[in-house]
Order: sequence, then C-alpha cells, then structure tokens
Amino acid sequence: MNFQKRLLRAEPNFRLLAKLWQVNWLYVLLICVLAGVGYGALYSAAGGSAHPFAGPQTIRFAFGLVMMLCVALTSPAVLVRLAWPLYGLSILLLVAVLRMGHVGKGAERWLIVGGMQIQPSELAKIALVLVLAAWFHRVSYRRMANPLYLLPPALMVLLPVGLVLKEPNLGTAVIIGTVGATMFFGAGMRLWQIVLLVVPVPFLVRIAYSHLHDYQKARITTFLHPEGDPLGAGYNIIQSKIALGSGGMWGQGYLHGTQGQLNFLPEKQTDFIFTMIAEEWGYVGGIAVIGLLMTMVLGGMLIAMRSRNQFGRLLGLGIATNFFLYCAVNLSMVMGTIPVGGVPLPLISYGGSAMLTVMFGFGLLLSAWVHRNSRFGEAVTDEA
Amino acid sequence: MIRRRKTTPRLMSRPDTGNPSRAVFTRRALVVLGAQMAALGALGHRLYGLQVVEGDHYARLAENNRVNRRLIAPPRGRVVDRFGIALASNKVNWRALLLPEETNDIAGTLDRFSTLVPIEARDRTRIEREMRHKRRFIPIMLRDFLSWDDMARIELNAPSLPGVLIDVGTTRNYPFGPLLAHVVGYVAPPSEKDVTGDATMALPGMRIGRAGIEQTQDGRLRGQVGAVEIEVNAVGRVMAELSRDEGRAGDEIALTIDSGLQQAVLGRIADQSASAVVMDCRNGEVLAMVSNPSFDPSLFDSGVSQAQWVDWTNNERTPLINKAVAGVYPPGSTFKPAVAMAAMQAGTLSPTDRIFCPGYLDVGGTRFHCWSRYGHGSLTLKDALKFSCDVFFYEVARRTGMEAIAAASHAFGLGTHLDIEVPHTRAGLIPTPAWQRGRGQHWNGGDTIVSGIGQGAVQVTPLQLATYVSRIATGRAVQPHLIRSTGGKLVEGTDPAHWPGLDMPDAFLTHLRTGMFAVVNEEHGSAPMARLGIPGVQMAGKTGSAQVRRVSRALRESGHFDSSALPWEYRPHALFICFAPYDAPRYAAAVVVEHGNAGAAVAAPLARDIMTDTLTRDPANRKEPPGQVVAEVD
Repeated sequence: MNFQKRLLRAEPNFRLLAKLWQVNWLYVLLICVLAGVGYGALYSAAGGSAHPFAGPQTIRFAFGLVMMLCVALTSPAVLVRLAWPLYGLSILLLVAVLRMGHVGKGAERWLIVGGMQIQPSELAKIALVLVLAAWFHRVSYRRMANPLYLLPPALMVLLPVGLVLKEPNLGTAVIIGTVGATMFFGAGMRLWQIVLLVVPVPFLVRIAYSHLHDYQKARITTFLHPEGDPLGAGYNIIQSKIALGSGGMWGQGYLHGTQGQLNFLPEKQTDFIFTMIAEEWGYVGGIAVIGLLMTMVLGGMLIAMRSRNQFGRLLGLGIATNFFLYCAVNLSMVMGTIPVGGVPLPLISYGGSAMLTVMFGFGLLLSAWVHRNSRFGEAVTDEA
Repeated sequence: MIRRRKTTPRLMSRPDTGNPSRAVFTRRALVVLGAQMAALGALGHRLYGLQVVEGDHYARLAENNRVNRRLIAPPRGRVVDRFGIALASNKVNWRALLLPEETNDIAGTLDRFSTLVPIEARDRTRIEREMRHKRRFIPIMLRDFLSWDDMARIELNAPSLPGVLIDVGTTRNYPFGPLLAHVVGYVAPPSEKDVTGDATMALPGMRIGRAGIEQTQDGRLRGQVGAVEIEVNAVGRVMAELSRDEGRAGDEIALTIDSGLQQAVLGRIADQSASAVVMDCRNGEVLAMVSNPSFDPSLFDSGVSQAQWVDWTNNERTPLINKAVAGVYPPGSTFKPAVAMAAMQAGTLSPTDRIFCPGYLDVGGTRFHCWSRYGHGSLTLKDALKFSCDVFFYEVARRTGMEAIAAASHAFGLGTHLDIEVPHTRAGLIPTPAWQRGRGQHWNGGDTIVSGIGQGAVQVTPLQLATYVSRIATGRAVQPHLIRSTGGKLVEGTDPAHWPGLDMPDAFLTHLRTGMFAVVNEEHGSAPMARLGIPGVQMAGKTGSAQVRRVSRALRESGHFDSSALPWEYRPHALFICFAPYDAPRYAAAVVVEHGNAGAAVAAPLARDIMTDTLTRDPANRKEPPGQVVAEVD
C-alpha cells in the first residue's frame, strides 16, 4: 500500500508549518525551564563552572530539543510503524548488554557505541510505551475483556522487565513494570482482571526478594537502618539528609552549599542533584522544583486525555507516567524514603542516555498533542 | 479541560461521542493523575520535614561534617636556674605513630613494624591497652626516639604499613640528670585516670609533671592548648582554615637554684647519703638543695622498668625521696638555740644566768647524761652553746616547758609545713604534752628533758634547719622558696624587705648568734673544723649528732663507746647548721649526713666547704642573670 496515500488519508491537512504551529509551545517552555534549572545545578555541581557538566549537557539538550520537535511532527501512523522495530532493537540491545556490557557501581549497565554510552534500559522504556500504545490502539474496549488480548502485551512488558532484572537493575525494572501496568490500566483492563493479578503480588515479591543480589538486599537493609553503617552503604542517604537539612528554609545560597561544594554529597551531579539544589536554595527552591515537575506530569496527563485516539492517549499516559516515576523514585531516594537505586532526575541530572530518551519521550507526547484529533487506524469494533 | 473544542472540525473524521475507550481512559487517567500528584505532594511534605522541621538537627550534623578540630600541643615551658641555664628543656623527638582507623589489620601492621623497628613486649602491651581505650582517630605512639636509620626503614616500607606515620614531637630533656632530679622533678605520660574526659590528655606526647617543680607548676609549664578549626571535604582534605588558636606556650620558670653551686655541693657530698640546703638568708631564696643519692629523671618519660623501680624502692638510702624536704631527723644539738630562745622569751633564762654541769642531771629518779662524762662546770648561755653542753639545756628545757619550746621552734620554722614549691614536704614534729595525750600516752618530765637537746620525738627536715638558721641570722621570718621568676616576671619575696621581722627581741637573737660564732671560731668551740679559710669572713654555726638508738648507760659508762663501730643504720646522724658572713649574714646552710656519726667531724667540714664555695661564687659579684626582668616587684 502506498504509505504516503494512507498517511494523507489519516490526516487530510498534512502541512508541516501548520503542524509546527500546533505544537504545545507552553509545554516546550516548561521543558526548557526545567533544563535551565538543570544547567544552573550542574554549573554549581562543578564548583561554579560550565565545565565539565553544564556545557556538554546543554549541547545534548539542544540536540534533544531538535529531535523532540522532529518526533512531535511525526504522525502517529509512522510512529506505530516504528514501534515494533524500536522495541525489537531495544530487546536486542538489552540482550547485548547482558552479554558484553560494562557494569558500573553494581547497577547500571551500558554499551559503548561510537564512543557514546548507551543504556538500553532507557530505550526499552520508550519502546515499550510505543509498542503497548500501538497494540492497545487496535484493541477495542469490548475486546479488552478477553484475556487473550492482554496476553501478548503482558509478554511485551515481561520480556524487558526480566532482562533488566537480570542486569541486575531493580529500580529500572520496577519503573518499566509500573509504566506497563499503568498503560494496561488506562487501556481499559477490567477491574476483575486487575484484582486477579494483584492478589499473587505479595508472594511474587517474596520469591523475588530471595533472588535479589546481596548488594540489593543491603540497600534495603540500610534504607531501613541508615545509621547502622554511617561510612558504608548508609553514607549516601545520611549525607543527603544532612545536606537537605543544612539547606533549611531559605538555603545556603547558590554556589555556597557546604555539603555539596565540599563533596560530602555523593554523585551530586547525577543521582543527588536535587539534594544539591535544595541545599543551596532551601525548601523554597526544592518545593519550586517539585512544583515544576508536578506541572509537567499534569500537563502530560492532560495532553493524554485530550487525544481522540487511543494511541495518543496511551502514549501520553505512558510518557507522563514514565516521567513521573523517574521524578518520584529519584526524589524518594534522595530523601531517604526508598532504597538508593541509580535513577536520575530527568532533564536535571547529568547524563546523555537519560536526557535523550526523556526528550524522545516528550517528542512522542507532543506528537500526541499535535495529532490529538487524528482518528487514524482506530479499532472499528467499538460500536456494537 | 476535557471539553470538546470545535475549532478544528476538519481534523475530526467522525464524532467520538460514546467511545467507551476514551471515557474509561479519562476516568482512569484522572485516578492515575491523582495518585501521581498525591505522591509528589507527599514528597514535598517530606522535604518540608527534612529541611524545615528537622533542619536544625541536620544542620548541626552538617557543621560536624565539614569542621574538623585539631588540637595543637603547646611547647612545655622550660625550667632554668637563676642564671638562665636550662634545667629542663624540650628536645626534638622523632616518633612513629599508628592511626588505628587507617588500617584494617592492626596486628599485621604491628608485626610488620616490629620486624623493621623492634617493639618491646612492654610497649606492645601498652599499645594494645591504648588501642582499647582511645578513639580510633587518635594516634597511638609506637616507638619514639627513632634514629635516622629507623625512619628510613619505616618510610621505605610505608606501603606495607598502613596507618603508620612519622611525627616529630618534643621530649623533656634534663641536661643535669640526677643533679636536680628532686628539685625539678620529672614528667611522665598521663595515667589512665588522667586521660578520662579531657581530649588534650590523649594527645600523643602529652606529659604531665609528676614530681618537683614539674608537678607543682604543671599548669604554668603546660600552657594553653591551641586548636585549629579546619574545613575538610569528604575525603579529609583541608579546604580552608576557619579559625586558629595558637594556644600559649608554657611559661619559663626560673629557679633560685644556682646550678653551679648545686654541682659543687653534690660533688662535696660525694657518695654519702646526705642532704644539704643553701639559702640566701635575707630573702629565703634556695641556692642549692641537694639530696643524695639521686635518680635519672629522664627514665620516667618513657616509663620506668619494674627492675629499676624495685632497685630504687629497696635502696635504704632512698634515692627517690627528696631528703631536704621529706627526710625527717632528730635535730640533736642544733635544736639548742631554739630552746634557748624559748627560755629567754619565757623569762626562765637570762644570758648571764649560770648553770652548773656536773656531767649529768637527775630528774625524777632518772639520770640524764651530758655528752662529756666529766661535765662542763659552771656555764653561761654562750658557753653552753659553744661547748654544746647537754646538762645546761636539760635544765633550761625543764624550767621552760615544752609548750614554750614548741612555740619558739614553730616561729623558727621547725616542725611546720614550709610553703615551698616542691611536693611531698613533711612537717616533722615538735612534740608537746598535748600531742602526746592525743596519742593516748602520758608526757613525762623526762620527755621534755630529752627534747631539750633535740632528741626523743623531735623531728625536723634539712630545709627547716636552713630556714631556722636563716631566721636566727636575719631576724626575719623568711620563707624558703625555689622560684625566682615565672614567664619573666620576678615573684614576690626576692627583696628582704618583703619579709616581716620575727616576733623576737633582737638582743636575744644576738645572744644566739654570739654563741654560734663561738662554736666555730673560739678556742675549745665544738666545731673548729668549720672555720672558713677566707680572711676577714667568719661563719657561725651549730653542730648536731642525733642518736637514732638509745645508748645504754652501761655502754656509755664503760668508756669504750664508739658509735663509728656500729652498723651504718644505727650510727647517729651528723648535722650542722651555719650562716655567714657572721657580721653581715648573707647565706645560711644546713647539712644532714645520714648516719654520719658526728656533726663536728663529718657535717661541719662539709658545711665549711659548701659555705666557702657559696661565698666565692657570690651572685653579687656576677653580672645580672640573663633574661630576667630588672623591674621591681612591689
């Protein structure tokens, strides 16, 4: 079939400029503001210098911004076609990273491709959102009651979750699983099916815990008793709490956070960047960042709800939830609410893979907005 | 928000009202959104708790995190003699320390260390004990006084010795060794009971004074501990110095001692178990205080071995005891001037009174013998002092009573605690009927009689004797003292005018001086050997031979009594007190030779030589001591 023709049929007034006008620029502005906060924080993390964090991160952001807009203008029909190849690629990379990846700090694994570190688990999240949205897009609400329609997408979720668990990266596996589950929920999975799935969870957790690595168990133990080993595994959490506390209500002042500037704060440019912000800007600055993150999650969810096609809706839900989970896990981690687990704060933490995948995700979200009224390839069996 | 916008109708191919997927999605998305907002809100609340509610607690932890306090041990003040010659100083000491927190295998490190530089078993137990008691970031001393070779070996093997560091410290140095050990004292590491609480005590190389001036002036010598507060980063690298308190070095203390004279006195005493005190009788400055035998004070710095300790404590000549202040002896005949003064003050003796000595005195059925079995005949006070007649003073004591004798003795400083700057001084004793009653015993008349010649229960120290003779010589209530200046400031009491006069008529004192002059300088005086060989300068003095064992009458009357044939510990002590020049008293001295047998034959020549030396090295003939403030203290 002529691809161009189909595309035009799905979207009668295909015009690039008009679509560019349709992009939700308010949301783009929010993204830029958050990236600006990230720039400021990385500038401070380097002791008041654009080198070595803030500068490279800006270049990545600029690259990500262009990529995001390109994705935003891509029509859902194309994205649907891209879903499976991307998913396949991400699974291949996950297998590859297990075979020959580099292990850093016991958790994250990455591949080096052309001098760039790639974390396949980051790509896997986006690919999963895409492929699930594409799948559920074709399943009518009535058919959702049939478990047979839920089995393939369940496998699509479990495959990357299993691979990431084997890396082993518990945090990311939980995020991928939760994103998948949320999409099942949004796609119209029946409540009795949910109940049936949730009941065995405690037993599964039991079994999973027995298969955890010692360092993962240690993380859980030190999370429960961080003071037990102040110079060992509990060090990060205690130092993070100390830095937050020393920030107080109004903060120590930009570039004057003692704990961060004196390197008591571990990995302040990546996982613990929020701690540094909150130390220097105080509770006022911390809550402002949280408010900004909330606004972005809210905006993402509203964009999802605004879409008239199931693909766009689920895409928006998946991306917004993924973003939310990043933020919530990272913030909980630095405040000592959940065990530490190598999850960056999107757009703020230093790191290429996370930045590019997050921007790619926002591109998908904006595409859902731009094409919110499209009714392409909808499941036609709704009315019955 | 979910309202349908009709602005772009062309994009809508079909109306989607009644689409169950969208309705369900919207409901469920709102549930998810609600959960998401609640979660982020909860995190915001948690942040408020951490930053604002518990903020102070964590801010305090933050301060501890970055501020590191380090103590600076101040250099201990020197002790110098009156001419600025160092008696106790500090010398550089290279030592190896172990920081327990920097090694995981302490035993292994110690084993490897001991193959390079041997650690004695005694040190090893000390190290293990310190490791249990000290906090892990306080260094423990492994070995001090490292040689260059030792240091080179340690540095070369540094990689296999984690936690071992080389440090330069100071150690107390006593250039004169045993010569002034009793006066200056010594320092030793703080004992475990000192260490509790105060962090400065745990500093490696910390020493506290354990004897002598080092002990009594410990606070001044130690100075003020300094501290630096430094900002450190997570790996302990110093980022900035926040505050610095250098502390204060210990004060330098100048003693009244003349180390040259001290040496000469010790040289004269040679190997006798004796003590001697030389004082400036005008102001109480102690120029020499010798107690022989002595010990090496530097041995205490690193801990005295058990064998050495047993050797010291079992020695009958008591090297660890400062005999000048803590040795108590019956004064014997040296006590007679005090008895005479008491009698004159009580009105029971006038200088012209004559008392007949037949060689004995019978009181209450007991016969008390004079040292001369033939007697001295009729005597005045001056003659009685000159011949040191016992019967004369038996009679005077009997007339005067012990209370008056004790009062006069105390006024002279005998049997009292003298306020001198060395520890462990003893008061001695002037017995009285009240004291005897306190012991539940009856005071006999005979007790007064024997006390009259400084026997019986009377006990005094050499320092008291020197003070006593100083007071006789000058008529001033001078107190002996050892410190001339602290931190460059002269102490009070260097000027004779600072000392009040004794509450005794000058005429009475003159009688005593005249008698003591006769002892040395007149024909048939009891101590002709004490005559000075210096033209125009005379010395006045008084001998004393104090029995430590009662001599039986039978033995005395046999005429073959020779105390020098007795075993050493039963021989009488030999004493001599003196002052010179007679016409313008400047120096006073007291010599006690333990079991020296005879004051006139042993102690008197000793005192003569000491006094000769003192007079010839008269500080008045020398330039003003260096480093001393000339400003008057008033």
